[in-house]
Amino acid sequence: MGRIEDAFARRAAEGKKTLVTYLCIGDPDGDASIDLALACAEEGADILELGCPFSDPSADGLAIARASQRALRRGGGLEETLRVAHAIRERSDVPIVLFGYYNPLFVRGEEDAARVVASAGIDALLVVDLPVDESMPLRTAAANRGLGLVPLVAPTTRPERVVQLGTLAESFPVPFIYYVSMTGVTGGAGGEDVLATAGAEAGRVRDATKRPTVVGFGIDSGARARIAAKDADGVVVGSEIVRRIERGTTSTERLTSVRELVRELRAAV
Amino acid sequence: MVPPAQETAGWYGPFGGRFVSETLIPALDELTVATKEISSTDAFKAELRALLADYVGRPTPLTEASRLAREIDPAKKTIHRLFLKREDLCHTGAHKINNALGQVLLASKMGKTRIIAETGAGQHGVATATACALFGLPCEVYMGAEDVKRQAPNVGRMRLLGAKVIPVESGSRTLKDAMNEALRDWVTNVATTHYCIGSAAGPHPYPELVARFQSVIGDEARAQILERTGRLPDAAIACIGGGSNAIGLFRGFVSAASVKLFGVEAAGHGIETGMHAATLTAGRVGVLHGSKSYVLCDDGGQIQEAHSISAGLDYPGVGPEHAWLKTSGRARYLSATDDEALAAAALVTRTEGILPALETSHPFAKIGAIATEVARSIGRPATIVLCLSGRGDKDLETFLGRLLSPVAEGSK
Repeated sequence: MGRIEDAFARRAAEGKKTLVTYLCIGDPDGDASIDLALACAEEGADILELGCPFSDPSADGLAIARASQRALRRGGGLEETLRVAHAIRERSDVPIVLFGYYNPLFVRGEEDAARVVASAGIDALLVVDLPVDESMPLRTAAANRGLGLVPLVAPTTRPERVVQLGTLAESFPVPFIYYVSMTGVTGGAGGEDVLATAGAEAGRVRDATKRPTVVGFGIDSGARARIAAKDADGVVVGSEIVRRIERGTTSTERLTSVRELVRELRAAV
Repeated sequence: MVPPAQETAGWYGPFGGRFVSETLIPALDELTVATKEISSTDAFKAELRALLADYVGRPTPLTEASRLAREIDPAKKTIHRLFLKREDLCHTGAHKINNALGQVLLASKMGKTRIIAETGAGQHGVATATACALFGLPCEVYMGAEDVKRQAPNVGRMRLLGAKVIPVESGSRTLKDAMNEALRDWVTNVATTHYCIGSAAGPHPYPELVARFQSVIGDEARAQILERTGRLPDAAIACIGGGSNAIGLFRGFVSAASVKLFGVEAAGHGIETGMHAATLTAGRVGVLHGSKSYVLCDDGGQIQEAHSISAGLDYPGVGPEHAWLKTSGRARYLSATDDEALAAAALVTRTEGILPALETSHPFAKIGAIATEVARSIGRPATIVLCLSGRGDKDLETFLGRLLSPVAEGSK
């Protein structure tokens, strides 16, 4: 079993949920991202999503869009994200998911992208603007390198597409499924009812696909994480971490604030 | 189970597709179905045709530009006859209204209660705001903060039409960022809202939908030139930003192999300076705003800022059908610099009494080069149709600043 599957199995055995944390790599800089990622893992994050900054993050809200621009302005991008992943892998066995947009991978070429991503010690890819219908070239290249490709399911997704994912997961590595809690972009605050419904939907997606399903979008606190996680296999927290990094004025301040949040989330799920 | 992408609808050779968030896939499916079941019906076509006739003023004339032809080719060696398809005479001043009316009519039939759009120069924003005023639908237009400043008169027009103009402060604060922000709005309000994309770009079915609504340009031009000359032209020319007026013109002639198709992109300060918007000429294959096509991006896949004196061409992407027409060799794509476009605008205005939009000034700048190439290939002077996609009133400030010397000096 891979690192991601292990992480889900371990938490499930404890009767707990899997916690996934997102960082925009290169904000405020690459080395800080390494420290922040390791801090998240130390505080109990089970899977790290490393966000590869993109110039046109149309699925993300303002917090992640601003962080991406900061990272790109100082030369960040796919290369730096791979370097950061590699550095984390040298020091930790925590599962790593590369989170990003398609063009940086496409321009690199799917085969070569899968090669460098795998050799950086990354376990899976999540590409927000690559719906399953267009994913075969990257999915195949990734599978050949032992990399999973994480699909997204949204509240608008029709049931037959979810069934399709279950079939897909029989032939290709689908380490988990990301359930988007609401129509919208990252960074909003999810209402309690929205998150509870999303958690229940994620549970149904898991039952239909036999793959662990986590809820993301709109989760910014332990309380919201607990509601969303109740019927799901885990939760993803991103924008609130990115906002705390943005607000911090020193590296100590940023690390402390992010550690506090991850600790709160860990305790909640 | 998942069919190979190339076999599904929405592909032009290896270009096109749907590279968007999962959340939007059902909305694109819904729009695809509506395109088949509503906009392809005779009733819808009749309703749109009536609007285009009585409201937009179609058919637009095909004007022969003899003085301009002689100015460019005094020896009559390369140009036989030159015709202009007068989209500048459409209501609101450009071809954009053809698509905006079609999409807003379709959205109203789909039961959508709110329309959003992106705009660069403001022409598509004005067209969408106009269609929404006509249909009584609320309209919000995303516009880069930089363009809001550059195109103040069009911002005012949109507001007078009842639209809300939302300045976009993210990224390069131009058209591509306005499109990102419109996508963010759409993904949030997808149940009630139709996103009226202004160019033949974006995820399937938009490139096809926009091309069909704009194909009225090519259909009319084909009928008009057959009536006037008894034969098809030797070449059809249009400007390329995202490429909607060009695809509209080309659709009338693409099936006739004898008609050579030319698109003219914005070379800005010159391709070699890197300050340009010539995506097909100098870009590479990539994925932006929902489709696989040519894009301007760096080796790391980050989208680069485009540059053009014309806000309507100032976009680092291009519609996927143009990428395919280029790759397949059916169309040729050239580029004209800011200065060449300005000089062409001055020439057209003086010889024909028509002030073209900065966008349209780019193909005017390349008539000579294209005529030479075509005449050599066919062994006789060529008959050419050029899509005059919009009028230049919106660009008056640029023209006054760049083409006229100050009045005080000139009147001495």
